[in-house]
Amino acid sequence: MVDIPEHLLQRSAEARAKALGISIEQAMAEMKGQSDPTVISKEPEVKVIDETPTPTAETPAPPPETSAPAPAAETITPIKEEHAAETTEKVAAVKIDEKPAAAKPPPPAKADAPDEVDFAPEVKVTQRLLTVVKAKPIQKPVKEPIDKVNTWPHLMLPEFVALMAMTAFLIFLSAILQAPLLEEANPNVTPNPAKAPWYFLGLQEMLSYWDPQIAGVMIPTVVGLILWMAFPYIDRNPETHPSKRKFAIMFYTFFLAGAGTLTIIGVLFRGPGWNWVYPWIDGIWFDDLLDWIHFE
Amino acid sequence: MSFRDRLKETRAKASDGFRGGKLMSSIFRPGSPFRKGYVDSPRNRSYVVMNNVLYHLHPVKVKRHGVRLSYTLCLGGLSFFLFIVLTITGIWLMFYFRPTELAYVDIQNLQTTIAFGSLVRNMHRWGAHLMVLVVFLHMSRVFYHGAYKAPREFNWVIGVILLLLTLLLSFTGYLLPWDQLAIWAVTVGGNMAGYVPVVGAQVKFGLFAGLEATTATLLRFYVLHVLFFPFIIVIFMAVHFWRVRKDGGISGPL
Repeated sequence: MVDIPEHLLQRSAEARAKALGISIEQAMAEMKGQSDPTVISKEPEVKVIDETPTPTAETPAPPPETSAPAPAAETITPIKEEHAAETTEKVAAVKIDEKPAAAKPPPPAKADAPDEVDFAPEVKVTQRLLTVVKAKPIQKPVKEPIDKVNTWPHLMLPEFVALMAMTAFLIFLSAILQAPLLEEANPNVTPNPAKAPWYFLGLQEMLSYWDPQIAGVMIPTVVGLILWMAFPYIDRNPETHPSKRKFAIMFYTFFLAGAGTLTIIGVLFRGPGWNWVYPWIDGIWFDDLLDWIHFE
Repeated sequence: MSFRDRLKETRAKASDGFRGGKLMSSIFRPGSPFRKGYVDSPRNRSYVVMNNVLYHLHPVKVKRHGVRLSYTLCLGGLSFFLFIVLTITGIWLMFYFRPTELAYVDIQNLQTTIAFGSLVRNMHRWGAHLMVLVVFLHMSRVFYHGAYKAPREFNWVIGVILLLLTLLLSFTGYLLPWDQLAIWAVTVGGNMAGYVPVVGAQVKFGLFAGLEATTATLLRFYVLHVLFFPFIIVIFMAVHFWRVRKDGGISGPL
């Protein structure tokens, strides 16, 4: 049996007391089955809109004109099971017109109640049906709340420190290392070797292996740009942990190692005529580094 | 009350009067630590960001794992910061530089006769190399964290464009000192563009403003370097930062 919340019982008892003209305590007692149901002497206001004669022959004994014969708490279960209480009530409501006032407690609902009884939906039903709805939130949290901290000061202070450190590093670097400035540009004198900026030296190194169409154009454009931009659309693996995306990690690491190796070779190990040199024997052949490393 | 205490009190009063005055209240919005009566409360911590121009860059709250220095090493922020440093030093250098036959003389003068000229030029050059490096490291960090995955795919694309623009900015700046290093590095790079299929010769001609690197090339690279590429890169940076916010801030923990 479902426990009916006290406030609902109270509300029901108030309504019942008002309808029957009894005290609330009395109504409550009746609903809880602690006292007999009140029988009202007055004919309840019930009107039949449907004019068809109600069957009389096989109907069970007419119940008295009680509005809610069973205690409220108990009406719920029968409704659920076989509408028995409702049947009794409606039969009662209909019968009242013909044979009023027989002060008897209502007979228990019968499973073999006659089918031809017109339940007369238009009849004003005087009992109340309670529906008990369990308290549940109407919204369910879909995901766990994310652990967050205030940007100020937890992010902005470390950021500020990083900016200051970078500034200090840059000023220090600029104070001790002089940017190169060679002789004035002269298109008639080609230096040997002529090197590109360091970030292009990997490409320049590749140019010494392959045709410029491939090393100078196809690889940077197709591999360097198009494949690189399209990478998130090629790698559809949603995992982010390195152990679950070993191929991607391997791919990038190989790229990094390859590009790094080519760049270092291009910067340090290529001398006049793009021939192999050892920086510690033949010196540095990259002007940006002239002020950085000294071999005696 | 000692003289010290009275001095302290007077100072506190003056400071409150100034910080609570009309001028400071008009400059700093409510919740700013520079206004009178700032206390360190969760509400004010939110206001510091929310009532500030910084709100364009940072949300009020960020994921806890993201503020660990070891997670991002601040590489994205440092790339942006280096861009700002390069803009400031670059504007300063523009006062002393003419992109003509006089460019080389201007650089020499900058290094020898102008106060801090050498330092600022060095900062600009090493800063530019550093920015290429930091942007590249930032990309590597993003890759190793798988931070380019949904919903951040498109921001990765913008990031690659930003890397390309960074390289182009650095490359166009490489020519400006107008020395042997500059002209031949750009000649090597520009000749590569000549190998582009079908339109190679045209691309090379457009890049050099002629058949080889001349002072016309210098002017062209100068305009690209100080105006065109910065303009483009700022637009892409704005979209990049905006997408970082819209895609849910920093990527999740590993």
